[in-house]
Amino acid sequence: MTNSIGEIDNADVMFVIGANPTAAHPVIGYRLKMAAKNGATLIVADPRQIELVDYADVFLRLRPGTNEALLNGMIHVILAEGLADEKFIRERTEGFPEMAAVVKKYTPAYAAEITGVPAADIRRAARLFAGAENASIFYTLGITNHTTGTDGVLSVANLALVTGHVGKPSSGVNPLRGQNNVQGACDMGALPNVFTGYQGVGERGARFKFGRAWGTRLNPRPGLTITEVFDAIYTKEIKFLYIMGENPALTEANLHHVRGALEKVDFLVVQDIFFTETAAYADVVLPAAAFAEKEGTFTNTERRVQMVRKAINPPGEAKPDWVILSALARELRLKWNYATPAEIFQEIARLNPAYAGISYQRLEKEGGLQWPCPDAKHPGTPYLHQDKFVRGKGLFTPVEYQPPAEEPDSDYSLLLTTGRILFHYNTMTRYSGAIEPFKPEEVAQVNPADAGHLGVVEGETVKLSSRRGHIAVRITITDAVPPGVIYVTFHYRESAVNLLTGSALDPVTKTPEFKICAVKMEKLATAGA
Amino acid sequence: MITLTINGHRVEVEAGSTILEAAEKLGIFIPTLCHDPRFTPAGACRMCLVEVERARALMAACSVPVMEGMAVHTDTERVHAARKENLRLLLANHPLDCLTCEKNGDCRLQEYCYRYGIAESDYQGARKEYALDESNPFLIRDLNKCVLCGLCVRVCHEINGAGAIDFTNRGFYTKVAPAFDDALEASSCVFCGMCVDVCPVGALTPKQGLRRGRPWELQKVRTTCPFCGTGCGLELSVKDDRVVGVKGDPASPVSRGQTCVKGRFGLDFLHSPDRLQKPLMRKNGEMVEASWEEALSLIASKMRGLRGREMAGFSSARATNEENYLFQKLFRMLGSNNIDHCARL
Ligand code: SF4
Ligand code: SF4
Repeated sequence: MTNSIGEIDNADVMFVIGANPTAAHPVIGYRLKMAAKNGATLIVADPRQIELVDYADVFLRLRPGTNEALLNGMIHVILAEGLADEKFIRERTEGFPEMAAVVKKYTPAYAAEITGVPAADIRRAARLFAGAENASIFYTLGITNHTTGTDGVLSVANLALVTGHVGKPSSGVNPLRGQNNVQGACDMGALPNVFTGYQGVGERGARFKFGRAWGTRLNPRPGLTITEVFDAIYTKEIKFLYIMGENPALTEANLHHVRGALEKVDFLVVQDIFFTETAAYADVVLPAAAFAEKEGTFTNTERRVQMVRKAINPPGEAKPDWVILSALARELRLKWNYATPAEIFQEIARLNPAYAGISYQRLEKEGGLQWPCPDAKHPGTPYLHQDKFVRGKGLFTPVEYQPPAEEPDSDYSLLLTTGRILFHYNTMTRYSGAIEPFKPEEVAQVNPADAGHLGVVEGETVKLSSRRGHIAVRITITDAVPPGVIYVTFHYRESAVNLLTGSALDPVTKTPEFKICAVKMEKLATAGA
Repeated sequence: MITLTINGHRVEVEAGSTILEAAEKLGIFIPTLCHDPRFTPAGACRMCLVEVERARALMAACSVPVMEGMAVHTDTERVHAARKENLRLLLANHPLDCLTCEKNGDCRLQEYCYRYGIAESDYQGARKEYALDESNPFLIRDLNKCVLCGLCVRVCHEINGAGAIDFTNRGFYTKVAPAFDDALEASSCVFCGMCVDVCPVGALTPKQGLRRGRPWELQKVRTTCPFCGTGCGLELSVKDDRVVGVKGDPASPVSRGQTCVKGRFGLDFLHSPDRLQKPLMRKNGEMVEASWEEALSLIASKMRGLRGREMAGFSSARATNEENYLFQKLFRMLGSNNIDHCARL
């Protein structure tokens, strides 16, 4: 997030697109609801009638996968009606003419045609957003989990730049990060192309810096992403895979392909707190400690580094990941000698300038610090891009709408979209004695029109199939989803929805198309024949 | 700024402050049941009555604003008598099953009765007789113990926004319940548990940790929620190496004590019997238990036989920063940049 969660309290306009915070980030959801109740304007863009819609001033119910057309349409209105922040564009951005040229054809009428949102609503949303004193955009998987995910993020940035709604309190671009420490994992360089602190492996200076700190020569070629690793297993280029605390055999798109790769790889290590679907393919499974059984830090979606403290001992012989990794490093004759997580953190602070001023002592005393925090006196940074952008000027990028990789056709006539529910968190909560019995199985949402068409009833179990696989799932009939769309979450192994999803990738981030694929729904009895 | 005295001590506070806030600044104790600075004041419990010189009636410290030159007394005969009377009225309608009540030792009604020496009530009359609501897996509602402070109603409406519960009926029959007196799970309740955290008595009890420890036996550990990217602060209650309770941490700058169902009620996965406890190795196609030495030396021997680019590692968005750092360091030192995690999930 470029802003802080606390800044929601003072928002004038909040634009939530492709996010369902009341389910995925509930406490942020409370803040958005309360701000709306207390008079802030709320614009929601989503294919589904999510809970926030009850509090919204404008609901833009767009067809799945058409975010860029909607955003371009809004920018078109803002430019056509002279609502842009000319001064901001002139002084702090570049690339405006190219972007403006592209949005020219996205008249409200044209955007309406693609998105299914009435042109008048697109105009209204654009005026409210541009006219606000401060305005923030919130988005999550609904923007990024598409083959056009990068475009979606760029479109969001275009909207913020054209209105100058960035670099101020309660004004900015706020991706809500999903898992508890996605932000931290990225900051630490658990990515194929960057070291800790987003310093490129291809940059000589960065390689030299890390090489010296670690006492070794480093590989200058960026590595493979998760999806590319699976492909490389099929071609025998990858022979060894070590998976720490992830469960790709359930959560990755196109599961048949993924499970085939896990089967095939020469040697697979899985380190986790449970015997997961992925562990079933492993050659060695290492028992890890859970968060309450070790010390460390997480970095939340607003870039705040916070302490995780040890409350209990791990069960049996389970050990914290950092202890296991250190032991393995010693086995590999690397000279690692970390006695505590605090020591590891000191090394991070030395190598990552954004964390340089953060220490366990400060975290204990000050209760969390938001990066960038360049020195021990710095109070942390509640919102980014105040006077300038990291790259200097804010860059507009022209974005054209592109249809999703797979659209419904006569064989697979429904659009499947996936997401989370409030009660489960990926798969971890399924081991909760309290939560699991309460929400023990998947319930897919189906529009009454589609249910009527097939003659299925509330609570019936149907067969859903795509070109890649099929699952059986119970349905509930609701107009929370528009006609032609089915909504399924990814929490349940019994009906693993990713058996259906495709592996078409966003060309830049290599994010699979989780959100959308074409499916057909059949009655189980007839389907079984 | 406004200057006043409380029990003869001078204090300066901002205009618009309440007597209660001024007293807090001086460290002077005033009992409350229905007060929480995060919510609109209710002035419902009448526990915070104080005497103000030249005012005829006692005043509710939680809602009366300070005035220049005000002289407040919190410990007079009259104040004590009013508080005692108030407690007797509450006790007349409160089951005295402190021996088995989960709230024993952390109950504000109990604490005030102790402080003012109220052991039982002289009032005899009709008693509330509500059935326990324990049909959902998360919390138990015992309306017989409810003191109608309204904190749960306010947290549900003003913080969560779910608005699942409210006051219904009137007079003696007033109670807090979901619409149509349905069970909670049939209402708009999202089981955030925040009503449990604000209940000053034993009317709302989490099922987690039931009969697993008394408040004074619990060790408190502040930490960060392991579920979503919001990063709420949690306070874990620990006894005998088990997490027996969870609360939102009011000191967290992120969540200010707020929680959702996952952070509040989902942490019992820690003690699931399915937790892995020993390394496992595949031998003749079967997974069998192994020692750490065996497991690690096998992994190391496989890694030593490969070039960096033949290895890949997936790190974890659930692990700590320190662990993610070490993971990428390990692979990079072995010449592999094939490191990723499910950031895209
Ligand atoms: S658990 Fe949360 S949503 Fe349910 S009644 Fe209590 S405060 Fe309201
Ligand atoms: S308590 Fe709920 S909202 Fe807060 S971090 Fe945990 S899962 Fe997220």
